[in-house]
Amino acid sequence: MREILEVLDVKKTYYKGKQPFMAVNGLSFSVGEGECLGLVGESGCGKSTAARIITGLEKPDSGSIRLEGREIREAGRKEWKRIYSRVQMVFQTPQDSFDPRQKLEDGIREALCNQGMKKREAQVRIRELLEMTELEAEYAGRYPHQVSGGQCQRAAIARALAVSPKLLICDEATSALDVTVQAQIVELLKKLQRDTQMSYLLISHDLALVQAMCDRVLVMYQGKIIEEGTPDEVIRSPREEYTRILVDSVF
Amino acid sequence: MRRQKVKLYVLLALVLMLLGIAAFAPHLVPCDPYEQNLSQALQAPGRGHLLGTDRYGRDMLSRVIMGSQTTIFSALLLVAVITVTGTSVGLFCGWRGGKLDSFIMRISDIFLAFPGMVFAIAVAGVLGGGILNAVIALACISWPKFARLARSQVLMIKDAPFVAAARLSGSGGTKIVFSHILPNILGPVLVTATLDIGTMMMEIAGLSFLGLGAMPPIAEWGSMMSSGRSMLQTSPWVILAPGCAIFVTVMLFNLLGDTVRDVMDPRQSVQHVDRR
Repeated sequence: MREILEVLDVKKTYYKGKQPFMAVNGLSFSVGEGECLGLVGESGCGKSTAARIITGLEKPDSGSIRLEGREIREAGRKEWKRIYSRVQMVFQTPQDSFDPRQKLEDGIREALCNQGMKKREAQVRIRELLEMTELEAEYAGRYPHQVSGGQCQRAAIARALAVSPKLLICDEATSALDVTVQAQIVELLKKLQRDTQMSYLLISHDLALVQAMCDRVLVMYQGKIIEEGTPDEVIRSPREEYTRILVDSVF
Repeated sequence: MRRQKVKLYVLLALVLMLLGIAAFAPHLVPCDPYEQNLSQALQAPGRGHLLGTDRYGRDMLSRVIMGSQTTIFSALLLVAVITVTGTSVGLFCGWRGGKLDSFIMRISDIFLAFPGMVFAIAVAGVLGGGILNAVIALACISWPKFARLARSQVLMIKDAPFVAAARLSGSGGTKIVFSHILPNILGPVLVTATLDIGTMMMEIAGLSFLGLGAMPPIAEWGSMMSSGRSMLQTSPWVILAPGCAIFVTVMLFNLLGDTVRDVMDPRQSVQHVDRR
């Protein structure tokens, strides 16, 4: 299997005043083409920081990140624009991930127009995307606070898919939704993977979700990967003490 | 909410009326506000001159109407200038951050720490009299307030997921600032600007009263009050007319500002949810 994303020994330290805090401490993993990789761990273990580093929202202190074999750590502004046509992210809080003063479709259009699409073509593509994400077109003309969390998350997924990315990072994409809506979004993500063959990096603290979707799962603790395997392996027979505690706390 | 809206429209209508009077002042005045007629000096309000005449026999009503143009429009100009410059500086600093941000903010601290009117008097004194110089002097001391406000608002929403999402959509910094950040901070900025119109009018009138704003014979409420103050006991209408005009106008703008805030603010605040 070819690797789409390789993360090698990435470190990131935050400072609270003078107190250093190692959010990500020597993180290494890779995502294969078409693979669905789960990244689990408790709150504050550095999962979200990892996502922000991969998407360039945060700069790592050291380490290397390769996307389709190309180092992106020192990418310039133009380079990032290209990278964002390969990697996209879906955020935890759907309503906050849309500008409160813009309609949902404006957010999707922005992504399309930034890739050089004309407004009229974009309109057609938006309709396709809404169909793909099973969101009725009527809702796309509303503002974020006028739709439900599930509808908003569908729009967010549509926006992420606008550029046909190779890798979709879902940072707790279902945690803010209630259980039935969660299930619908998971179904949608599964269906999209079947249709588009893109890779997923699924960041979550929800082991059941990971078990339902992922081919492989990484357990992260204090900024590092401490265990790796198929979801069944990790959940049935955890090798590390921490993983066992994490699994026991859910099941 | 509905009552607030009605109040807003009523106040807006009154303010527009005032602006209309100011705009068409030259056509509305009953007499020439600059024509001196010493034989008619210091006449009490009465039939010929509704608000009396001043020391040079100029019709007070005409001068008050004419003065509205100077006072209101210079206040609006001033507020526009400080809102635009202050907000731009705040946007830039908040978005960019770093050393330049700290440096500019320390400068704005200096301005904020200094007693404003004293500084304005100093600036106006150096630049010389004239209404434009008064506006410049007051703009120099008033922009930091807007810079601070805009900056704090930017800091509040700059880390919001929708900004990150816009970045991931491929938008550059400039586009994000102008199409996502600016529209989201505009509410509080506009409210503050509206509230400031009254204050700024007072300060312009204050500078004119001290002889550092509008130069005679230009009709301006502050300077009219100043020239009438020696006759406060003998012919109070000379100072009362422009004084009441300032009072009513400033109050109207303040009420408008308050109402705008009440109508806009509750929904305006962009809720910021911490990400994990």
